[in-house]
Amino acid sequence: MQAIPVSGVRRGFGQTARRDRWWTTPALIFVGFSLFIVYATWAAFQNAHYTFGPYLSPFYSPEIFGASSHAWFGSKPDWWPELLPFSPALIILPFPGLFRFTCYYYRGAYYKSFWADPPACSVGEPRKGYRGEHSFPLILQNVHRYFMWVAILFIALLAWDVWLAMWFTDPMTGQVQFGMGVGTLVLAVNVVLLVCYTWGCHVLRHVVGGRLNEVSKSPVCDFAYECVSSLNGRHQLFAWCSLFSVMSSDLYVRLCSMGVIADLRIF
Amino acid sequence: MAQAIFRIWRGGSDGAGAFVDYTTEVSEGMVVLDAVHRVQADQAPDMACRWNCKAGKCGSCSAEINGNPKLMCMTRLNTLDLSEPVTIEPMRAFPPIKDLVTDVSWNFRVKPGIKKFAPRKPDAADGTWRMSQRDIDRVQEFRKCIECFLCQDVCHVVREHKKHDEGFIGPRYFVYSAALEMHPLDTTERLGDLKNSQGLGYCNITKCCTNVCPEHIHITDNAIIPLKERVVDRFYDPVTRLLRVLRS
Repeated sequence: MQAIPVSGVRRGFGQTARRDRWWTTPALIFVGFSLFIVYATWAAFQNAHYTFGPYLSPFYSPEIFGASSHAWFGSKPDWWPELLPFSPALIILPFPGLFRFTCYYYRGAYYKSFWADPPACSVGEPRKGYRGEHSFPLILQNVHRYFMWVAILFIALLAWDVWLAMWFTDPMTGQVQFGMGVGTLVLAVNVVLLVCYTWGCHVLRHVVGGRLNEVSKSPVCDFAYECVSSLNGRHQLFAWCSLFSVMSSDLYVRLCSMGVIADLRIF
Repeated sequence: MAQAIFRIWRGGSDGAGAFVDYTTEVSEGMVVLDAVHRVQADQAPDMACRWNCKAGKCGSCSAEINGNPKLMCMTRLNTLDLSEPVTIEPMRAFPPIKDLVTDVSWNFRVKPGIKKFAPRKPDAADGTWRMSQRDIDRVQEFRKCIECFLCQDVCHVVREHKKHDEGFIGPRYFVYSAALEMHPLDTTERLGDLKNSQGLGYCNITKCCTNVCPEHIHITDNAIIPLKERVVDRFYDPVTRLLRVLRS
């Protein structure tokens, strides 16, 4: 027997008796989110190379104001502040951005990775004070349900973009033809993954049936609750896949537009 | 027979103590509780350790093994790296009593503060109710809780911030509240207490409680977040509040 004196409970930042590499997951999440934030911010301010033929980058969809043929109401509006560089993405990106920012999965993930609150389970924290989501400012996270409705609307618009991405203009004749390119598939996969992520949202699960104690009495709600719960079980997976697919879709359209890669027509 | 070193916390109720290394024989199929019992039998008969069923159903042998809150009886040695000493400590969120035993009585004091189940009027003349199995399945998950209190131990709101001093009831009792609140027959209002005095808003959904639950209850996704959404419906969302007024 050998006695090893210690000073009781570990209290300091990062202190733990855990032997595993507890820092790996929060570090990977930190890197993943940071990459996305940096890329999305850069892409949003470019205001260029966001369309290619019938394709429209999801970062710029819906293009409410803008210079491309996809724009709903023409080019840059007069009321746009002069000090702020104009980009169609800046008008719409805050909505999906705040949907993800207030998402239950992302909240749990970035509280750990960016705020170390806690850095990982049973690992010491850097701060003594704690208010959680009990009071301002984090109590505002409860606004998540409103952004969810906007996100669902955006999915319908992105699905419409996929439909439009199936109509190619022949440069020789000017005729519009039905077809499919790799870009169409990229945009379609993006929509499917966004559907899996958004329709697995905890708030939607609550709205369609979770709020009812006797959900079985409403067969439609019961079915919807079952479907949303099924997607909700993989919410983390779809959160990451859809984040990656949105970024990849923008990158694909951007590279095609810049002439770096050629879009392959399947038919 | 192979040997392994177990670094076990020895200390009293004042919190002072030390890790003591015990080398003991290990064999295939052993769990951590078996090793602790062997140490008790051969080397440290005065070592305190709470246990009962050895089957992961009584929730008595909760401890922190290599820093992870776990049941000792459900942690097989072949899942641990035995080339290094295996540390075994009591649950650090609770006051120590002796060695691996902690005072978890706070949990039992919390429970009476949660409003009791109150069923609606009977559905039938013979005083019985009718429920769908489908609706009961949802709360049945919460009934699996064995009250090992590992979720309370790992919750940083209790462990680091001691918010239980301010009324925070912890994941175990959010599960208990959810089981009552979502019951198809229940009529009691608990959301006000959950929001105001029981600290539901302190949970920042890091899912540590879910990760340590030996019964694999989806504490965060199926109990805490649904309760948070019900609180939002009741107290924060002006649209649902307006709809409630119009319906009434």
